[in-house]
Amino acid sequence: MTVQNPQGIGAPVKRREDFRFIKGVGKYTDDINLPNQTYCYILRSSVAHARIRGIDVSAAKAAPGVVAVFTHKDIDESGAGGVPCGWQITSRDGTPMKEPKHPILAAGKVRHVGDPVVAIIAESLNEAKNAADLVQLDLEELPAVVNMKAALSGGASVHDEAPDNQCFDWELGDKAAVDAAFARAAHITKIDLVNNRLVANPIEPRAAIGQYEAGTEDYTLYTTSQNPHVIRLLMGAFVLNIPEHKLRVYAPDVGGGFGAKIYHYAEEALVTWAAKRVGRPVKWTAERSEAFLSDAHGRDHVTHAEMAFDAEGRAIALRADTLANMGAYLSTFAPCIPTWLHGTLLAGQYRTPAIYTNVKAVFTNTVPVDAYRGAGRPEATYILERLMSKAAQELGLGQDEIRRRNFIQPDQFPYQTPVAVVYDTGDYEAALNKALEIADYANFPARKAASRARGKLRGVGFSSYIEACGIAPSSLVGALGARAGLYEAATIRVNPTGSVSVLTGSHSHGQGHETTFAQVVADKLGIDIGQIEIVHGDTAKIPFGMGTYGSRSLAVGGSAIVKALDKVIEKGRKIAAHLLEASEEDIAFENGAYTVKGTDKKKAFGEVSLAAYVPHKYPIETLEPGLEETAFYDPKNFTYPSGTYICEVEIDARTGQVEVVSMACADDFGNVVNPMIVEGQVHGGLAQGIGQALLENAVYDDNGQLLTGSYMDYCMPRADDVPSFTVETLPGTPCTHNPLGVKGCGEAGAIGAPPAVINAVVDALKEFGVNHIDMPATPEKVWRAMNSGFRQAAE
Amino acid sequence: MHSFNYVRPATVADAVKALSADATLMAGGQTLIPTLKQRLANPAVLVDLSGVAELRGVRKESGALVIGAMTTHAEVAKNADVRASIPALAKLAHGIGDAQVRHRGTIGGSVANNDPAADYPAAVLGLGATIVTNKRQIEADKYFTGMFSTALEPGEIITAIRFPIPEKAGYAKYEQRASRYCLVSVFVSKSGGGWLSGANVRVAVSGAGQAGVFRVPEMEAVLKANFSPEAVRNISAPANGLMSDMHGSAEYRAAMIPVMAERAVASV
Repeated sequence: MTVQNPQGIGAPVKRREDFRFIKGVGKYTDDINLPNQTYCYILRSSVAHARIRGIDVSAAKAAPGVVAVFTHKDIDESGAGGVPCGWQITSRDGTPMKEPKHPILAAGKVRHVGDPVVAIIAESLNEAKNAADLVQLDLEELPAVVNMKAALSGGASVHDEAPDNQCFDWELGDKAAVDAAFARAAHITKIDLVNNRLVANPIEPRAAIGQYEAGTEDYTLYTTSQNPHVIRLLMGAFVLNIPEHKLRVYAPDVGGGFGAKIYHYAEEALVTWAAKRVGRPVKWTAERSEAFLSDAHGRDHVTHAEMAFDAEGRAIALRADTLANMGAYLSTFAPCIPTWLHGTLLAGQYRTPAIYTNVKAVFTNTVPVDAYRGAGRPEATYILERLMSKAAQELGLGQDEIRRRNFIQPDQFPYQTPVAVVYDTGDYEAALNKALEIADYANFPARKAASRARGKLRGVGFSSYIEACGIAPSSLVGALGARAGLYEAATIRVNPTGSVSVLTGSHSHGQGHETTFAQVVADKLGIDIGQIEIVHGDTAKIPFGMGTYGSRSLAVGGSAIVKALDKVIEKGRKIAAHLLEASEEDIAFENGAYTVKGTDKKKAFGEVSLAAYVPHKYPIETLEPGLEETAFYDPKNFTYPSGTYICEVEIDARTGQVEVVSMACADDFGNVVNPMIVEGQVHGGLAQGIGQALLENAVYDDNGQLLTGSYMDYCMPRADDVPSFTVETLPGTPCTHNPLGVKGCGEAGAIGAPPAVINAVVDALKEFGVNHIDMPATPEKVWRAMNSGFRQAAE
Repeated sequence: MHSFNYVRPATVADAVKALSADATLMAGGQTLIPTLKQRLANPAVLVDLSGVAELRGVRKESGALVIGAMTTHAEVAKNADVRASIPALAKLAHGIGDAQVRHRGTIGGSVANNDPAADYPAAVLGLGATIVTNKRQIEADKYFTGMFSTALEPGEIITAIRFPIPEKAGYAKYEQRASRYCLVSVFVSKSGGGWLSGANVRVAVSGAGQAGVFRVPEMEAVLKANFSPEAVRNISAPANGLMSDMHGSAEYRAAMIPVMAERAVASV
């Protein structure tokens, strides 16, 4: 009989890493100070688009404390390359996407406010900034393109390589089948949507320190990254021509990423390159205002979508045309976000048999756009779930009923969608039913009446999301244009006395891996969690890794750990068989001990590990000493978490202010390792999803100036902007193709919440004839919607 | 930031002596420090008033509260005399910024800076307070002269604000969600009420005006006759002269003035 490990899979173990974070003794990149280090300040463009006529750095070079001043010319002369893109999309006419050069420091032109132009390296940051004031930039300003439609219709060209500003024109699905279905539709619901541009704003701004050892010609980059091995590969191979064995990339404690720290950024290459040039470590730390202008932004789609229904309210086809903003350069994974992470999710939880989508990616004079928590999937979910609720309103169906009529049924899995992907498992109606229950949906009319008595308009909104996590397998993503594999690596190093070091290629920057992964190990090996150390973030220690994003860590990284554990347990079985003088087949392993089946003979795991390292009595003829195993795990498929969220809002009828008063979430994440951490992940995602729906918006003016360049204007959600959430994780449908049966939970909240909130706002306003409102639903937008409704009613 | 000389006098007299032409006064520093860090200010001398003990504290005089210029928002918010005499002022102070700001920011700094979206100007004008400086006393109606502009002269230091204690007062703040400054905030007060003079009613709006805080005479007139929320509900405010930005157009701000005025009266 297996004794449930109180620290094992399924236990709400408190986060071990929080002790150092809460006490302020975590070690972040900016906490690292190297002997003799210099400081880098980057002079950035203050205009969105200009030709560089000249850069005079002579006065800056002569300024007190200045060690070196670099421009693109210096980098170019050294033979270093530009920042690469990691994903190639092919347009529907078969041509590859336009892939303009992305120099480390601006070459010839500046293309967005914040584009790095000059690097000043000095003895102190203040001296570097003083010197930056002395740089003479001779810029010939050019018209800026900010709006995507304008960019595609004769606006100034951001890049000569893409004169019409179109990066690619991509399609997915069967257009003819969709057109045919629309021709026989009983009802068509249409919608125009803006998926607002967001700035991730992790609490720790980006930082990087480059170091070069002249004696050994070794480089080290300390950086705020979600995937240090990927940075090593991209920067080493494509930018600076440093072979992997001469380059160590170390991402220590990282204070949040949300996608913005996936990418290889120019500053990382710059400090690494400069460290060799100046012969001293070079440190750069972004300030918050710099983060707004240099961290990759998220979302920024404009979509027209239509859904065709039969007479019974069943979707028979969907088409969606999207413009996706790439910003001024292609960030590492930018092209795959609006395509393979977006178009493939347009089936959602529904049986819609015919789907076609066209996505045009556009260059503009804005900060590059890339993945942000959810990355493509929130945009797809927003399209679908707005359409479903709008159709319900038009067809006179309940928001629950229209979804119920369209759900893929449990007996239809595995389910081949018309947009390439195959869902392995799911039970969408179970989540809907649970959400209805925990939202107390039956009593919504009473709550609505009570709100009205207090001068508040109450609305309810549904969202039944699906996401695809653990992007995989490598062979598929390769065929889709990825320039990397998407597996994960893990090493289980059992130390002689039985403690375990887990070297994982996943990277924790808030997710709680040091707890969750340790629970998996504690569960499998039957040892105390205190005996387990999770090591991540350092290419010098970890065999390889693809990092953390796309809710992949447990499903992919955790699976690699399980595979490595299996190897350890098997080797231990051989050792134990020898020690216990029994045959391998007769050895069982449970609760941290190898036993001879049917006897009381046993060896604790620690005794077996000691024998492996002190192999006095050991099957040395057939077995190597030591107990350390590595596994690489390449998944067979994505995982498909799903759920239904029901949101209620109250709107102040006089000001238009929206308050989210409840958010009931029923999620299917498959198996759950730590329910407390899962709930926390959902909470965080919900806060960001509510932020997108009501508060956050990156706004550019027509000249390409970012108007929301600080927290004075960019509204981050705060604790009092969100309700106390009701989150319930269903027993769920375990993933069928990974050893833990897990799916991933990191992005669900950010995916499911925005349409739930907007559907609730629209529901509250339907008496004014409102059928859509764009995100963020600011008070003035809501107030105007109500007022135009009043005016229409009066007319 | 750029480098500067720093002095921390212990008396108002020493502070005045330190105030050369290229010196800048610092009270709580909640606006100045970020400005310095962004290298947008370049003073030769920074005169830090935090060591001047005489500028700190709240005292009750006959019919008035006198609040020292260096009294922090947190101190005003929790002060027993303020809470008993002008609870709306304590509420206003408690709603400024966040806890960190409230423990550094000061009433004198806020009133001297006269940010058009700050809270305190609404109370100072809405209560008809007097700004006490090292040189003179200035009535609120003559003190606020435009956005970030006041009647203060070079070398003049606010030492205290004297608030007459009203019969009733109320404050309603519509926060700009990102900054939590005022988008439209209204302070109302009623005092006097003798049978000869009639009530003295003041309505002051912060956050909305291009020229900073302003009074709304039409609302004051109707409230004088009938100090009730319903009285101001339909008194519309014109949009011209109001700020317009991504957080609220002039039209929207104008529409919110009666809403906030009504709520301010209702909060009394």
